[in-house]
Amino acid sequence: MNALLLLIYNAVLNGTPLLFGTVGEVLTEKTGNLNLGVEGMMYMGGALGLGGAFYYEMFAGQNASGFLAVLIAILCAFLGGAFGALIYSFITITLRANQNVTGLALAIFGTGAGQFIGEYMRTTSGGYVAISNHLKSAFMTSPLPAALQNIPVLGPLLFQYNIFVYLGIMIAVLMGLYLRRSRSGLYLRAVGESPSTADSAGINVTRYKYLATILGGGISAIGGMVYIMTIAGCVWNHEGLAGEGWLAVALVIFCLWRPVSAIFGSILFGALMILYLRLQLPFIPDQIYKILPYIVTVIVLIFTSMRNSKDKQPPASLGLAYFREDR
Amino acid sequence: MESFHAIELRHITKRFGKVVANDSIDLTLDRGEILSLLGENGSGKTTLMNMLAGIYFPDEGEILVGGKPVSIRSPKDAFDHGIGMIHQHFKLVNVFTAAENIALGLSGGGKLDRKAIAVKVQEISDRYGFGIDPNKKVYDMSVSEKQTVEIVKVLYRGADILILDEPTAVLTPQETDRLFGILRAMKADGKAIVIITHKLHEVMALSDKVAVLRKGKYIGTVKTSETNPQALTDMMVGRSVTLNIDRPMPVDPTPRLEIQGLTCLDAEGVKKLDNVSFTAMGGEILGIAGIAGSGQRELLESIAGLYPVASGSIHYTPVGADKAVELVGKPPMEIKKAGVAMAFVPEDRLGMGLVGGMGMTGNMMLRSWRKGKGVFVNRKDPNALALEVKERLEVVTPSVDFPVRRLSGGNVQKVLVGREIASSPTVLMSAYAVRGLDINTSYTIYNLMTEQKMKGVAVIYVGEDLDVLLELCDRILVLCGGQVSGIVDARTVTKEEVGLLMTRVGGGKEDVPHA
Repeated sequence: MNALLLLIYNAVLNGTPLLFGTVGEVLTEKTGNLNLGVEGMMYMGGALGLGGAFYYEMFAGQNASGFLAVLIAILCAFLGGAFGALIYSFITITLRANQNVTGLALAIFGTGAGQFIGEYMRTTSGGYVAISNHLKSAFMTSPLPAALQNIPVLGPLLFQYNIFVYLGIMIAVLMGLYLRRSRSGLYLRAVGESPSTADSAGINVTRYKYLATILGGGISAIGGMVYIMTIAGCVWNHEGLAGEGWLAVALVIFCLWRPVSAIFGSILFGALMILYLRLQLPFIPDQIYKILPYIVTVIVLIFTSMRNSKDKQPPASLGLAYFREDR
Repeated sequence: MESFHAIELRHITKRFGKVVANDSIDLTLDRGEILSLLGENGSGKTTLMNMLAGIYFPDEGEILVGGKPVSIRSPKDAFDHGIGMIHQHFKLVNVFTAAENIALGLSGGGKLDRKAIAVKVQEISDRYGFGIDPNKKVYDMSVSEKQTVEIVKVLYRGADILILDEPTAVLTPQETDRLFGILRAMKADGKAIVIITHKLHEVMALSDKVAVLRKGKYIGTVKTSETNPQALTDMMVGRSVTLNIDRPMPVDPTPRLEIQGLTCLDAEGVKKLDNVSFTAMGGEILGIAGIAGSGQRELLESIAGLYPVASGSIHYTPVGADKAVELVGKPPMEIKKAGVAMAFVPEDRLGMGLVGGMGMTGNMMLRSWRKGKGVFVNRKDPNALALEVKERLEVVTPSVDFPVRRLSGGNVQKVLVGREIASSPTVLMSAYAVRGLDINTSYTIYNLMTEQKMKGVAVIYVGEDLDVLLELCDRILVLCGGQVSGIVDARTVTKEEVGLLMTRVGGGKEDVPHA
């Protein structure tokens, strides 16, 4: 594998947790809910996902199936994020509280809750939570046949990734199709653009907002699990997610609320995150490399706010609560 | 058995907190008939119709559709009963196409079949003569096109009872005529139509019946053929009101503002004002007509020093002085001090000029806070002014310290206009000063303008209602796409001529001399 190939391969791997986080948040924001709690939901997803796989193995012992472990981890992570998003939805949609404040609270709450669950698991199981190598391979190696993986260049470029890379891309593409092509997707976008319009057209605004926010939160949380189970090596550590959730929020803006663009955006951000390992220039300190994603985020924010295209704007009602009888 | 009414309302009551918006209202509507719903601001017209459209739910009373009692709990229920409402503020998604907007909320297959929708939209469009492009994005549309989309949206759902909330407020006379043609065609088609409007001549021209509400109560229904504007106004206000605007000839008009070749660009470099030249005289009212967004706002703001001027000059001659001063490049504060006042009533009334969270006194202070010495503000004078404005313009507020945000729209406007007039300017600019105000208050404002004119003030009045412009102003300047398409004598010009100028540049450039 040459250096470039390795860079791309690692960029995709590192970008995948971001992709889940971003795509979930896109769905949420498309209904007008700005959920800043992505970091918190990803934390909960990470802790619960690892916990799900860990306790499943403890219960099943030698017979634990890798496929089932992956499934349980996804489910647990999804439920963790969905639970966080449900709290957020109740507060912002039903009680119409300020979305920014609620989202920030969820970020703090989720981070704390995730840390608590992770640390609890660690201390009660003897100071170390990890799953066996047998199960790890289900999370970290490619599910595709060896024949495909061994094709030169194309193999590592396309077929050697873990299962979550393919799952993430699939979800992004499906969501893109859903938002653009389906009737329900059109209604969902209408809710985010102008809830009063959607409401007067007979669309159930509350239901769309709840469903999209909860589903989006769940998808974002899977990203947290993917981070712990692939990049962090299936081990709970104190550092947790290191701001992946915040990057995801920025990436939503970067990809202009388009799930398919999020695929490319996440690979780019993934590359920026590991550049210090792959493209080391002695005169640039590590720290500069590590802040690259954040610098790019700032630059992107500057450019997106300068852009004037009417089609490339955030959903018009993003961040606003909706009340039908508002006068 | 006799045929049923399309809609029958029985003892409908709706309260918002302590305010009774609708008090036991009875109303009937038949097929093949156009009913005008008339009433002052806050008389509960829109509230009543919103209950038919499923936006609000009545606290008491009964709604019968086709003779059967129904419960309309959501807009979807309203559609199911064949009721469609076209709201005053369009309910459209800007980034969607016409077809996508029309398809919103309809049941159907999971895949969005844009072609099939476009075909059906075309069909309805041809039937009533709309002519809309199903694939055009809403943000590229004119106001009239947006309204057409709204109407098609309602018809697409198979509505046979249509409610239009102030549909003509934003249309040119030609567009209004076209809309009325469409409404008459729909009436002939057997549809029942309710139209809410403030404009009496439209009521007389279009409707079969007129129902009048006053302060949330139902006053009565009359046949249009058996009534006249004066009688309707009296019903609406509850006492006799004179409907004539007193327009004395300008006395000794002197040039106050001379504007030469004024050109302004917006942030994207698009020309908002293009080589605008005119003279505003002290002692006359200069009306400015034009379709919304033709540069009215930019014109007033550039005179007030709030909008950057690309080229051109604005010469201002103070009272008694014989030398003009250049206003371009001066800060707004100096322009204000020179006596150029602006009362701009934007679409959201609290957006410019007033602070919503403050009371009347606080808002009066925004004008005078610089006068005081030391660190403390003087509350006494603004308080007296607030009381005076409240008295003169009959502002309904519990106290002058009550936050203006919580006053009704009309009252907010009175505070704004009252304050500007009180600063005794030499040039008074007002935009949409009566937007959304009822007849009674509107006439109070017109009279205030005329009073200022007689004091020798140069009044610049940007208005929407052409009938009023023709009655109130001495001269009318028509803007079209940022250019002056004509300056006409308001006493001799017809509404149609002004309407044509509004849509076409170069309809007649000569400056008709006043008087």
